[in-house]
Amino acid sequence: MALLEVKDLAVSFVTRNGVNKAVDGISFSVESGKITAIIGESGSGKSVACYSMLGLVPMPPGRIDGGSALFNRQDLLQMSESELRKIRGRDIAMIFQDPMTCLNPYMRIGEQMIEPLVYHRGVSKAEAMARAVELLGEVGIRDPETTVNNYPHEFSGGMRQRVMIAMALINEPKLLIADEPTTALDVTIQAQILQLIADLQKSRDIGVIFISHDLAVVADIADEICVMQTGTIVEKGDRAAIFDHAEHPYTQKLLAAIPSGGKEDTVEHDDTLVRVENLRTWFNAEGQIVKAVDDVSFDIRRGEVLGLVGESGSGKSTIGRSLLRLVPVTGGTVTFDDTDVTALEGRALKDMRRRMQMIFQDPFASLNPRMTVFDTLAEPLLLHGIENRKSVAQAVLKLMDDVGLVRSAVRKYPHEFSGGQRQRIAIGRALATRPEFVVADEPVSALDVTIQAQILELMQELGREYGLTMLFVSHDLAVVRHLADRIIVLYQGRIVEEGSGEQLFTTPREAYTQQLLSAIPGHSLGSTPAVS
Amino acid sequence: MNTDVITDIAQAEEGTSLWQDAWVRLRKNHLAVFGLVVLVTMIVIALLTPWIAPYAYDAQNLDLGASPPSAAHWLGTDVFGRDLLTQIMYGGRISLAVGFIATSVALLIGVTWGAIAGYVGGRTDAIMMRLVDILYALPFMIFIVLLMVVFGRNMVLLFLAIGAVEWLTMARIMRGQVQSLRQQEFVEAAVSLGLSPATIIRRHLVPNALGPIIVYTTLTIPSVMLLEAFLSFLGLGIQPPQTSWGLLISYGAETMEEYPWLLIYPGLTLTITLFSLNFLGDGLRDALDVRGSKD
Repeated sequence: MALLEVKDLAVSFVTRNGVNKAVDGISFSVESGKITAIIGESGSGKSVACYSMLGLVPMPPGRIDGGSALFNRQDLLQMSESELRKIRGRDIAMIFQDPMTCLNPYMRIGEQMIEPLVYHRGVSKAEAMARAVELLGEVGIRDPETTVNNYPHEFSGGMRQRVMIAMALINEPKLLIADEPTTALDVTIQAQILQLIADLQKSRDIGVIFISHDLAVVADIADEICVMQTGTIVEKGDRAAIFDHAEHPYTQKLLAAIPSGGKEDTVEHDDTLVRVENLRTWFNAEGQIVKAVDDVSFDIRRGEVLGLVGESGSGKSTIGRSLLRLVPVTGGTVTFDDTDVTALEGRALKDMRRRMQMIFQDPFASLNPRMTVFDTLAEPLLLHGIENRKSVAQAVLKLMDDVGLVRSAVRKYPHEFSGGQRQRIAIGRALATRPEFVVADEPVSALDVTIQAQILELMQELGREYGLTMLFVSHDLAVVRHLADRIIVLYQGRIVEEGSGEQLFTTPREAYTQQLLSAIPGHSLGSTPAVS
Repeated sequence: MNTDVITDIAQAEEGTSLWQDAWVRLRKNHLAVFGLVVLVTMIVIALLTPWIAPYAYDAQNLDLGASPPSAAHWLGTDVFGRDLLTQIMYGGRISLAVGFIATSVALLIGVTWGAIAGYVGGRTDAIMMRLVDILYALPFMIFIVLLMVVFGRNMVLLFLAIGAVEWLTMARIMRGQVQSLRQQEFVEAAVSLGLSPATIIRRHLVPNALGPIIVYTTLTIPSVMLLEAFLSFLGLGIQPPQTSWGLLISYGAETMEEYPWLLIYPGLTLTITLFSLNFLGDGLRDALDVRGSKD
């Protein structure tokens, strides 16, 4: 008998635009001591499916249309709210993507941890506190006797996720639901948390539902994998079946979208376009000087893609912004085609901006929501006098073609597009002035995996067509390896290692680079995913 | 591919802007629509008053004196035998004009001031906002009384005085909006395109900050109208024979025991107008709320 047996679960949302079937009759089961991964892109219904079983989907607008979810032979879907409340946090626990929003910032973590224990089991406070300390030790928090009295903000992101896991485990649940628990974390931290979840699940023999958008993340830990698309499970099976003999085209598409291998046609470039010398960008944060970028020197050669890799706080985004003069530079020089960019002002700076552009991370934030695509794309063209009022329409339509958007959508607003389409608009805006140099700051990390692959392909294509030199900033080594000719690894504002993509991946010299590489999820996939 | 290839922008299907979205949501809010209809009616009546008013605004009938509502005078007459309906209609012109013009003044100054302070930041921001703080601290009544004493009672001055007080909050709201917006990537994108700060503020920041500002505006108009009523009540506002709702209420209050209709009808008119504005403001707040749009 499985721990959780879900049959024909169907959930829909009633909106003013009609009924939206979020989950359309899915069945799966979770065994004790096994990790079941539910994989799907945004909007596939993977989270709704799990939340609805626990009564965590607001109803209305949500509505359970049918099915059953047997947990310990009891149907969760038939339970009243008060019965469910007894199960939640006791027999079934959850961990979420963003630990910061799930922890009360005004409560010491010990107090928060023991709450369910005191509430569900009536354990005395002192006893509960001892249990909390023990668990914090188990999830790898150093010095738990003192840290138990800390507030959430005193922990780093990875540590907070550990605290969340300890909190979820405190009532000895039989089932743990982890909703994208590592998505907000750096790769090295992600690897640690994944390992922790796998270890705890084995040592405690509990069932785990691991919800993720990323097949690579679950490749090393999942026993069973369900692939969801638009509310249905299109394929399920054990890990080997999914990774080695995927049958459904969507699963194959997901697998193919995992970036792998190096850039195919790396070319040696020798003509330097951008020379960065001793760049320092320091910020003054409440009297403390934060050295975001500290004495960094490198060259970018004409026509190459230079990858800039690092974890959060490494200064990779700040370097990109410093080159484009989007943040004030503290010291050093940035020479672009024999001109010192850091010294430019006024008219000269404006002219320089035409030649260097930026593609941003979040396509939902990087487009002005009150401007149509036409206005967004026409703005740079008119500003720099590249087109006049009459000719701009044709130029905009041409741009739409270039970035793969249908021309008829030109008068629509950003909110009428999907994330991938929005990123295409943003790319179009960056390329409108025909720049020679583009900084791409995590351009695909906010996108679904299959969309990610499309956007990367588009960027490579346009890079060739426009003859672009690109600085590609990312936390994702696999993506960078796929795209970049050369790679620079950053750590805490300084360059750790620099080399060609292949050299860096096959023979990394520095310990930090090696650590980063080993943290890339999906080792069991090998270097090339198997797609039949 | 074939049907999608168009050769001119005008052939493209028009998108739905966030404003249109908000309008659709607003239309579903019955109270807000009611408020809007009442307001538009009031404004139309005010504009047409010289042609549709039953009597001339200074026509007296001393023989009649104060009379209760009748067929000839629907809302009755005051002690000089002047028709109350006519008085209310003419008073509405002044009251609405004060409300809208003074608020527009406040809007213009406040939005510009707040946007500049929020965008430029640093020392400029500190100086600009300290000035706002200082003006906040000035006792408003003394300020108005001084103005009236020095320059005499004057309509334009009244608009300016009220506007000069109301823009302060507007500036603060705008500054807060701009400060959070300028962190967004589309503003950074605008900088990297090479747009000037003035263009960024005008094209990218102000349109996105307008939601809360519009809501606050609809809530400012009633408070401005109340201010005018209050000043007129104290004898600092409009001078007879010109009149306003505040002035009518003030006279009505003096004689409310003998001639209660002189207080009731002007009071009712003002109340309905204020309610309408508040309904509309509430409706707009819900309609413009971005969180509501993600259903």
